[in-house]
Amino acid sequence: MHETLLVQNIHSYYGKSHILFDVNFSVKKGETFCLMGRNGAGKTTTFKSIVMLVPPKEGKVIFNGKEINGLKPYHAARLGIGLVPEDRRIFGDLTVKDNLLLGTSSGRHGYWNLEQIYEYFPILLDYQDKPAGTMSGGEQQMLTIARTLMGNPEILLLDEPTEGLSPVMVKVLKDLVLKIKELGTTILLSEQNIKFCMAVADRVVIIDKGHIVYQADVASFRQDDDVKKKYLAV
Amino acid sequence: MKTKLTEMAPWLAYFVIFVSMIFAGSDHSIHVASQIIILGLFAIAFNVLFGTTGLLSFGQAIFYGLGAYITGMMAKSFGADFFLWALLIAPVAALALSAVLGVLSLRLSEVYFTMLTLAFAQLAWGICVKWSSFTGGDDGIQAIPKPDILNMGGRNYYIFALVIVSICIYLLWRLDRSPFGSVLKGIRQNPIRISFIGLNVFRHKLFAYMISSSFTAIAGGLYAGIDKSIHPDMLVWTMSGSIILMTILGGMRSFFGPLIGVAVFILLEDVIGRSTEYWSFVIGIIMITVVLLFPKGIVGVSRHFAGLFAKKGGQFDNP
Repeated sequence: MHETLLVQNIHSYYGKSHILFDVNFSVKKGETFCLMGRNGAGKTTTFKSIVMLVPPKEGKVIFNGKEINGLKPYHAARLGIGLVPEDRRIFGDLTVKDNLLLGTSSGRHGYWNLEQIYEYFPILLDYQDKPAGTMSGGEQQMLTIARTLMGNPEILLLDEPTEGLSPVMVKVLKDLVLKIKELGTTILLSEQNIKFCMAVADRVVIIDKGHIVYQADVASFRQDDDVKKKYLAV
Repeated sequence: MKTKLTEMAPWLAYFVIFVSMIFAGSDHSIHVASQIIILGLFAIAFNVLFGTTGLLSFGQAIFYGLGAYITGMMAKSFGADFFLWALLIAPVAALALSAVLGVLSLRLSEVYFTMLTLAFAQLAWGICVKWSSFTGGDDGIQAIPKPDILNMGGRNYYIFALVIVSICIYLLWRLDRSPFGSVLKGIRQNPIRISFIGLNVFRHKLFAYMISSSFTAIAGGLYAGIDKSIHPDMLVWTMSGSIILMTILGGMRSFFGPLIGVAVFILLEDVIGRSTEYWSFVIGIIMITVVLLFPKGIVGVSRHFAGLFAKKGGQFDNP
């Protein structure tokens, strides 16, 4: 298996404040890789650095063997990096269907199209002509993921997808992530929900105060209660 | 089918009102109706930027003036037949000018963009006033000739303007509902999200700016034919400001809102202007009331009441 995404020693800043220190990991093709950490640990910044919304000042981001530092966020999307942002808000004034069609803007084709999406997310079909802002939080999260899938990304970046969702929706989301994984899409997930992470991920890294402090496959992570206590405060 | 009907209702109202003016209107009311449709086109084109894309340009008068001066000067120099050609050249010139100004100003965000558009428009106004040998200076240009068939009273010119304005509004309406229109609305709501979907935000803003500006120039060119005279006031900042006010008055979140705002504003100006010399004071009070109490404009208010009705009767599909 070759590496789809390589994050090599990146340092990222918000203005003068140094947020990421020498962050280093790689995501193999087809795997689901989970970035864990507390609030403020640097998960979202890592994601923003990968899509070049917060370009790293040092280090490299390599996607499919090609360095993407210096590209614009929309280039990253066209190459096949699909980000599902944490603040899941959709385009509330647009209809659900228009939201989905916007997702095709990356110009990439593949498994996901409107029919596939509606088959997999029947709720979106029911709402297709309604403003997306009228849906519940969980449904909006589904729409955000569906919109990103419409761009047929090669790697899906899910930033804290379970945050604020009801247990029922978390279950729905778990099945969805497993389905996307089954289709062969590489997934990079950030989470605080340990159960969810263990249910879907193959490998886990933990980030704390901007440093990568732990890296293991999910089987070892499952056993490692000390690490969970130390870095994830359970 | 229901959505089809609600989509078409504003068009039906538009044609019933403006076509009936051809037959029912006096010279004065035809003159007023001409102003309404032409400024209505200006306001709807402006709203592509403002209400749709979320870009507040305080300098769209530059393109209105550009269209008017190109039409006026060409017709004056080359004869009446060139009036129609000028109406085609005006939007092309606006496209070129807006491409340059857009590249310079759209890099800036929000209030800086607004101030820079204002500065460009004031610059153009200054040139227009000072360079009197070329532009006619403060006096503007009078007695602009137009083809004979458009000259017989105001009615023929009104019909001509109505056809052109209707085509333009239809094109902008299609644009509003196209995927491109969705992207513009997405940019208004969250430009960063649009960028990681895979779209170049700057390029889309620039296209929106160029499209809006070229339709504005058509409106300016048509205005040159109403009274056969144009003046530098068409470029001054209060012109841009009036369009912003009329758009807010009508409702910037609705496609036809700006046209309604223009109609109400001009009718108020006409009616109140006849009864008091303090008409601008009265209109000012009305504007402040609307902005404070009904920030969504006239269309927003009527949707609100339609929504109340729908809750009781359950018949009206609130758009």
